Amino acid sequence: MKFKMIQAAVAVTMSLSTGLVLAQDVTGAGATFPAPVYAKWADTFNKATGVRINYQSVGSGAGIKQIKAKTVDFGATDMPLKDDELAKEGLVQFPTVIGGVVLVVNIKGIQPGQVKMTGEVLGNIYLGKITKWNDPALTALNPGVPLPDAAIALVRRADGSGTSFIFTNYLSKVNAEWKSTVGEGTAVKWPAGAGGKGNEGVSAFVQRLPNSIGYVEYAYAKQNKMSHVSLKNAAGNYVQPDDVTFKAAAASAEWDKTFYQVLTNQAGKDAWPLSGATFILIHKSQDKPAQGASTLKFFNWAYEGGDKTASDLEYVPLPASVKDLVRKQWATVTDAAGKPLAYK
Amino acid sequence: MTAILPADFDGADGAPSQGRTSFMKNPDPRRVALPWADWVFAMLARGAALLTLSLLLAIIGSLIVGAWPAIREYGFSFLWRTDWDPVQDSYGGLVMIYGTVATSLIALLIAVPVSFGIALFLTELSPNWLKRPLGIAVELLAAVPSIVYGMWGLLVFGPILATYVQQPLQALTNGIPYMGAFFSGPPVGIGILSAGIILAIMIIPFIASVMRDVFDVTPPMLKESAYGLGSTTWEVVSKVVLPYTKTGVVGAIMLGLGRALGETMAVTFVIGNMNQLNSLSVFEAANSITSALANEFAEAGEGLHQASLIYLGLVLFFITFVVLAFSKVLLARMKKSEGARS
Repeated sequence: MKFKMIQAAVAVTMSLSTGLVLAQDVTGAGATFPAPVYAKWADTFNKATGVRINYQSVGSGAGIKQIKAKTVDFGATDMPLKDDELAKEGLVQFPTVIGGVVLVVNIKGIQPGQVKMTGEVLGNIYLGKITKWNDPALTALNPGVPLPDAAIALVRRADGSGTSFIFTNYLSKVNAEWKSTVGEGTAVKWPAGAGGKGNEGVSAFVQRLPNSIGYVEYAYAKQNKMSHVSLKNAAGNYVQPDDVTFKAAAASAEWDKTFYQVLTNQAGKDAWPLSGATFILIHKSQDKPAQGASTLKFFNWAYEGGDKTASDLEYVPLPASVKDLVRKQWATVTDAAGKPLAYK
Repeated sequence: MTAILPADFDGADGAPSQGRTSFMKNPDPRRVALPWADWVFAMLARGAALLTLSLLLAIIGSLIVGAWPAIREYGFSFLWRTDWDPVQDSYGGLVMIYGTVATSLIALLIAVPVSFGIALFLTELSPNWLKRPLGIAVELLAAVPSIVYGMWGLLVFGPILATYVQQPLQALTNGIPYMGAFFSGPPVGIGILSAGIILAIMIIPFIASVMRDVFDVTPPMLKESAYGLGSTTWEVVSKVVLPYTKTGVVGAIMLGLGRALGETMAVTFVIGNMNQLNSLSVFEAANSITSALANEFAEAGEGLHQASLIYLGLVLFFITFVVLAFSKVLLARMKKSEGARS
């Protein structure tokens, strides 16, 4: 009887003021790349359930630091953690949405997708070895394209970022010299080029510098109507960046083995070689099970009903099979007593 | 009125002098009611001063602790290493230190004469009706957020600099040894020079308004005496106003320099953020300490990368300290020579 009364009281309180249910408020921090979609999801989720999700887009590195220090309920990163590191820190990692990095150029008279490049050539451009647009390596790939006799103005990200990670990871896979001299990471020692701050900085540079090339997230390229470059993928086909080719890249990854998947240079015949997923990190054993359950509920809700929001914001939702794999993994997230958290 | 002033006047020394109040004939009851109030106020004031000092020490302490892995790894060689490679975990600060110092120097070179001109015009030459609107306009410029200057520099000023200054200069000096190298670099209008000019625009209002204020406090009697002796306006300014206000003028310049050294957002937009020191060209993309911190701190992994960034912060702290100390020494010297002359 007493128990029921408490239950009723709780129910009344909850229905009266959803804003006061502080115990369930969830805090997350990390990657800036998925921040727009997380914010939109959080807003809709709050309206639907009353649970507030506070997401701070402070950067992947900071997100990883904060989840390790347990100052947030979930961390978000564009650069997945390796399985052994996850095991060491007691973390669980799962992807949320897929996006792509696009090369954009600003050359007079060139249509979007008209310029073709291979990873090898792209690497040599960013190594500073190919400095002119009419270099034989480029004209051989682009017969009939009016490439000017002008210096290539290189633009890249100045700040550490997941976008740079995807880009340098791809170059390391396809250009041996890049791998040995520069390597991959959210920030690297760039051999050449000017650095813009954030996607907006890079796109501003490319838009106003004639004969420039830079890399930005797909959404930025699309919103600013910039000319992209088509790339040769691992299967040998030249592909354009769009949701179909991003999806193709996600489909060919072996998600059932591990969620540590960097979706660059994937094998699928339509796969866009500069694709990448963005990830969430949570602790396997939750000190605060209420928050842990809310986190999982939020992402389960996003998997079920958030695909359209994601597509509207130029992200690609995960394939259903990958979502099922993620849900399987959620079953291993427990409270301190070892009881799995209910997320449905 | 004067009778009640010395009550507890030396209370700040710690020992409230209670004996004195008895000498007074008609003490204000509100003043004697709280004999400890002076002591409390003195303690609060002392506390505020000590708080500042302890904050300063705490900042230095936490910077040293945070930078310790990098200090242990590189020691002072960090200051002249040019390598900055997060992938290989190898760091050195020379590029950023050079960028910070070079941009600030360019900014001062431009800003000090211009600010002096503004202050001189406002105090000595301007017609009275123009003084107020012009003075307010200069002060308003100081209130523009730095990111606005950064965006303007990137989108408007950079292209202008590239088209009308950099490319003609490069065409002119092309092939000339040394000179050509000094103006080399991609023709994009970003780099040390753009950052320096943007900084100059940002610090001009600060320097100019402080200079104007100190010029204004020169006693009119001194100036008019000089005019009476037949001095020109320039002679009055250079021989009367400037010597009288030199402390304030040096202070104004140091204020501007401090702002230039620490400015982050505007610089990161136009400096190019390139960690390389291939040439001393003013058009080459470079990096500054604050810009590197702003760009890399969020994504820096724990360990050497983060420690090196904090080490850079410590270096900036030290540069600011040296600048401040230098200005004090400069002022002390000026005073000395002044004494010798008279």
